[in-house]
Amino acid sequence: METPSGTGCPPAVRADFPIFSRSSGGSDAQPPRALVYLDSAASSQKPEVVIEAMAEHLRRHNANVHRGVYALAQEADAAYDRARELVAAFVGGEPRTTIFTKNATESINLVAYAWGRANVSAGDAVLITQMEHHANIVPWQVLCRERGAQLRYLEVDEHGELSLDQLDAELARGDVKLLAFAHVSNVLGTINPVAEMAARARAAGAVTLVDGAQAVPQMPVDLAAMGVDFYAWTGHKAVGPTGVGVLHGRRELLEAMEPFLTGGDMIASVDFQQATWNELPYKFEAGTPPIAEAVGLGAAVQYLEGLGMERVRAHEQGLTAYMLERLAEVPGLRVVGPPTAERRGGLASFTVEGIHPHDVAELVDRAGVCIRAGHHCAQPLMRCLGVGATARASVGVYNDQSDIDALVSALQAGREVFGL
Amino acid sequence: MRYSVYDAGSRHYPLPHELLSMDDLYRDYILEHYKRPRNFGELEPHDLEALEHNPLCGDELGVHIRVVNDRIEDIRFHGHGCAISQASASIASEELKGMTLDEVGKLDADWMIELLGIPVSATRRKCALLNLKVVRGAVTGDHDWPA
Repeated sequence: METPSGTGCPPAVRADFPIFSRSSGGSDAQPPRALVYLDSAASSQKPEVVIEAMAEHLRRHNANVHRGVYALAQEADAAYDRARELVAAFVGGEPRTTIFTKNATESINLVAYAWGRANVSAGDAVLITQMEHHANIVPWQVLCRERGAQLRYLEVDEHGELSLDQLDAELARGDVKLLAFAHVSNVLGTINPVAEMAARARAAGAVTLVDGAQAVPQMPVDLAAMGVDFYAWTGHKAVGPTGVGVLHGRRELLEAMEPFLTGGDMIASVDFQQATWNELPYKFEAGTPPIAEAVGLGAAVQYLEGLGMERVRAHEQGLTAYMLERLAEVPGLRVVGPPTAERRGGLASFTVEGIHPHDVAELVDRAGVCIRAGHHCAQPLMRCLGVGATARASVGVYNDQSDIDALVSALQAGREVFGL
Repeated sequence: MRYSVYDAGSRHYPLPHELLSMDDLYRDYILEHYKRPRNFGELEPHDLEALEHNPLCGDELGVHIRVVNDRIEDIRFHGHGCAISQASASIASEELKGMTLDEVGKLDADWMIELLGIPVSATRRKCALLNLKVVRGAVTGDHDWPA
């Protein structure tokens, strides 16, 4: 991130991630190769500070939260609270309206159940987009089927973008209760105009939910400026651990909602026949929460904050521009999604004429290059694109141009194996 | 004692299939079957049919089978998939012709893997077995194979 073009990654950043000191495999036939990790959109690697923060918590501060009187339990409480403050501040949110969940999927399900069941009924519509991850489709399918509501989709154009005109037309029908969409598409990379879309929805009386799983790790996110009602994301894509996700919600909405999961920790008091709910955010955190994972996520956002999210975005945009330029050199390769890096998060999904995406991923793995192949949990979008699957390369803070060069060389070598 | 699910050091002592070089997976005959698959297309009329999806990748493979005297007289696959799944279907189609339905019902994963003749990793096993899953589904009605 020190180069003016934003495409370099200072050795210090990569050195922060211990996984890069290992090789990607190897055998008698092939020597071990350096790990070229281009699958951060699926899950990011973790810096030593995150690993150490979790280990240190478990080693020295471990106890359950929220009821221990002893000093050790208070340390655990303080660590969990501190993590929530860090996570909330990282995206311009408030601790009280920042709920820890298991992952982004659970965050979205929380809204679909706790808000959706009380606010969406027969004759209403839920509006989503063709570029959604299954996590932001299936909960709405289930809700709409259960409530007799309609599920409608905003279309994706040939550049992988949504149309604000179509959004206006859909909202003008007057039946849209909820607009749910990805901040950044996990297949196309498209960065959606969140603030504009949320403003239109608000004007039409619709609530908004944004899936920020791909956005939070790679660009500055300011909840207050975007004006959305619910924002869901996950820790493990943002250099944090698996097992912890986040839901930010508008306070009035969260306060009016019934709980999602019920049990310990989320109650104020329990009688034989009934119970009253705890205050926010605890009302939505039933059972022992992911304490060490939250501590790890706190360390992760501190780490990203230290790099500076503006610089992270500049780095990933520069690297994406370089990736688009280099991928264009491969004969028969077609990239889907926005044509330029300005409108695109740090990934490129592509097909190679004559080689199935699974074979593409297998072939480049021979050179130690890790990319994903398949439908990326977005089968409706795949159908819109007219492909069964794509290969996808995605970048993180630790990647640099040499990783892209390794991918392109491996793709060229793979074409030769297939006699292309 | 450090706990490690996956010991990076052990990679220096590879499993037998890892000793093979890259061309052992994408051998010439595999690529030949992939590029020019045998017995692909529709078969009308047909007596048996089935369609299966590989949920991991969204690939799909269907089969049409014509039966005469409890034997597969003719067979056609259709759909799309990777080199491993397409080559497996192509190679298997030539063996399946002439088999009795009873024989087909007894075919197992080892039969397919041996017939394919290449080292198949755990993740690609589903690709290699997709055609047999479809054929068994059409012949026996058991769509849960392999369990």
